[in-house]
This record gives sequence, structure tokens and C-alpha cells, in this order.
Amino acid sequence: MSHTLTIIQKQLKDTLKNKTVLIQFIMFPVLGIIMTKAIQIENMPENFFVNLFVTMYIGMAPLTSISAIISEEKEKNTLRVLLMANVSPMQYLIGIGSYVFFACMLGGVVFCYLLDGVTGTQRMLFLLIVAVGIVASMVMGAAIGVGSKNQMAATSVTVPVMMVFSFLPMLSMFNDKIEKIAKVTYSEQIRLMISNLENSGDYAKNLAVIFLNILLFGVIFFVLYKKIYRN
Amino acid sequence: MAALIEVNNLSHFFGERKILNDISLTIEKGKVIGLLGPSGAGKTTLVNILTKQLKPTEGTVMISEENPVTGIMMDSFGLYDRLTVWDNLKIFADIYRVPHGRINELLERAELMGAQKTVVSNLSKGMRNRVNFCRALLKDLDILYLDEPTSGLDPATTDKIHELIEEERNSETTVFLTTHNMHEAEKLCDYIFLLNEGNIVEAGMPEEICRKYNLENTIEFVLKSGEKRVLQNKKENADAFFEMMKEESIVSIHSSEPDLEKVFLHLTGRELNK
Repeated sequence: MSHTLTIIQKQLKDTLKNKTVLIQFIMFPVLGIIMTKAIQIENMPENFFVNLFVTMYIGMAPLTSISAIISEEKEKNTLRVLLMANVSPMQYLIGIGSYVFFACMLGGVVFCYLLDGVTGTQRMLFLLIVAVGIVASMVMGAAIGVGSKNQMAATSVTVPVMMVFSFLPMLSMFNDKIEKIAKVTYSEQIRLMISNLENSGDYAKNLAVIFLNILLFGVIFFVLYKKIYRN
Repeated sequence: MAALIEVNNLSHFFGERKILNDISLTIEKGKVIGLLGPSGAGKTTLVNILTKQLKPTEGTVMISEENPVTGIMMDSFGLYDRLTVWDNLKIFADIYRVPHGRINELLERAELMGAQKTVVSNLSKGMRNRVNFCRALLKDLDILYLDEPTSGLDPATTDKIHELIEEERNSETTVFLTTHNMHEAEKLCDYIFLLNEGNIVEAGMPEEICRKYNLENTIEFVLKSGEKRVLQNKKENADAFFEMMKEESIVSIHSSEPDLEKVFLHLTGRELNK
């Protein structure tokens, strides 16, 4: 446990000086605040900008930050030094994972605050949905980070993957064909659940798709991890 | 002296390429052991195997003590660039559960106290190496592995690192040092292994090896006249030597004993620094 806390402390100090990771946590919540407060269009669906940006935030921030952190540690061999200092891979992943999770949840809280016309229970539900989405994104980010030799390789994979998962939900709002494709992604399911907060409790199908996504990313992660361990 | 590590018939392949070939060696407790060889000889691969970062393809590594406390300093081991020197060491002090006072002690020894609040990305290569060294020494060690610790460093930093290695030797830590610098090996090591293309070509105490390969066995005299006179180191030349002494004509005397560089060249046809 103490090793995990050390990793969290290390990451907190590091992120405050790492603009590329820090901006991921800040950009979309700030955009959400600006757009929600500044733009008022007639007949605009309720919480339009929150729904739009929170989905992009979930698809982008956890994924890019965790893959950037792991791939940088691999490239600079600091991960190897940690593992040789008897920090287990699980302790490392829990440390980095919980740090990214809580940092991303702070953004989720900002979006939750921006929600209009919802009850307290619905706000809690919103945060739970955001948490599930962040976990899914993190597992995929960890798989990319572990599978990449260095930061450049990680970025070249992260960017297209992130584009797909962040932008498909937005595009699906305007195009039926894209919507059909997007339905298999966790980010689209998160968008659907968030825009359907009033019908809480009927999320079985959405959660099943998200769970399958997490399972798939988890399998990819373990395959890549085993491959690296073998080498 | 008891053996701390015994390597038996160790070979390692990367794909089809054989990197280490049937290596057997013993590392004695409390000694500074040097592995001397040119770039690409297999030194780092052997360190990676000894430190369990790599599994050997063939052979065994036996460690006499159960879980010896090990410190490793490799050039490839990075530091957290955005954090300060102190923060970098604190992370590992916390992991090892070492009191933070130990960090100050090491920074003092490595003459880095003034840089403790400096962000690592602003340090010179020499200072980074010293931080890396301090990180390896945080624990009270049984064995310290150093992979080319002074490669590419200026003479002052090299001397500082040599000083730290000697301090470790005095505290009875076993040091396993890889280098391609023969002066470093001669200065620091109690025992050396010469490694070439994955094979140990010679082993022994540096001075013994040099004596063993003193094939010419000659003595060179530089005389006041500027003349250089070379005599075989044999009793029949004693009179000639005394003659020069009587005439007080000798400016300097040099033996033909080769240094490790020449021994290596003799054994392999390769230079250590190539």
C-alpha cells in the first residue's frame, strides 16, 4: 500500500509540471464551463454542451494521460527502476490508475456542477456513469502505454484511437450510419446514458456494451503485458 | 574470501546472435570486480542477467546469500526529469523505507547538496550520474552493480565517482563494475575479467595480468645524452646496468610491462576503446 501511495505522490508532483498531461485534465471542463455559460441558443437540448464535452473528456483525458505516463516511464527506464525496487506491476498500475482516476473525476465533478434541471440522485448517477467511462478509457490507455516502446509510438496510436472514441459519439448525433457504428463503443454508451439520466435504472444494455469494451481492452492489456514480460 | 555470486557456463542469445558464450566466474564478497571489454562485448547483457533483468539462455547464476541487498546504476536508468534531485531520491527512499536523513548524507558525499532543489532536467550529465549513483546507494548494500559509471564524464566527475566507489569498497560492499576504461579498472578493481565478443579471454588481478603478458621483459633506460637504451631483464645485463649507474647517466627507467589496453590488444587484436 505504501508503494502505491509513493507512486501517487510522485505522479501528483510530476503532473503539476507536465503540461501535456495537465492540459488533458483541465481543457474539457474549462471548455464546458465557457460554452455552457457563454452560449445560449434557442431550442438547444438541455445540457447539450455538458453531454457533448463530458463524452469527449471521458474518451480523451484518461486515455491520453495514462498512456503518456506509462510510455514515458518505459522510454526513460524509470518504470524498470521502480520494478527493480520491488514495486510490483500491480502496485504501479493501481498507483498511476487511482491518480488518473481521481484527477479525471475532478473534471467530472465540474461537469456535474454544470448540469441543469437534474435532481441530486441524477447528479450522483451522472458521476457514477462518468466513473465507469473513465475506467474503460484508462484500461485502453494502459494497454497502449504498455504496448508502446516510447512516447512517440504511444502518441501515434493514442491519437487515432482517441479520435474514434471521443468524436464518434458527437458525430453519431448528426448521422444515423455513424450512430450504428458508434453503438458498439463505450463512449457512445456513456453519451446515451448521460443524455438519458431521467430514465435511470434502464441501463442494462449500455452497461453490457461498456463491460465488453473494458473486457476487450483488458485482454489487449494483458496480452501486451505478458509479451513484454516474456521479452 | 567467500564467493557471493557464482556464474556457471552461462550463455545468452538474442535471436540467432550469441552475446555471451559459456561464461563462468566467481564474485567474491567485499571485492571490486571489474568486467573490462569494448563496446558490444556483452558487458551490459551480463549485468542484466546478474541483476535478474534478463534470463540467461543457458547456464546458472548462484547467489550465496538469500536476497542480498542490491544497488544498480546503469547509464540507461532514467531519472524523473521534471522533479528535483531531492524528490527523485525521496521516491526511492520511501519505497525502500529509508529515513530521509540518508538522502542528505548521500548528497553530501556526492557533493550535490547545492543542487538538491534543482530540477533534474537542468543538471549536467555528470551530476545526473551522481544522482543516479546516490539512488543506487540509498540502501545499505551487499552488492553494487555499476554499468559504465563514468562513461562520457569529465575528469573531475570521474574522480568523484571513483571516490564514491572506493568508499563503498571500504564499507565492504561488493562492487561489480563494467568499464572499457583500463585506467579505471587498474585503479579500482581487485580482480578483473577481460571480455571480448561474449568470451572471457583473461581473468586475474590487474597487476598480475600485466606481469603475465610482459613478454618482452625488457628495461628501457633514458640517458642524459638523450639516448634510449633497451636491455633484456637478464643477469648477463647486470654489468651494463651498473655501468650506467656508476656514470650517473640515467635520467629515467621504464619497464616493458604492458598496460591492460596492450594486454587486451595482444589477446584479441582489438582496442578496448573501439
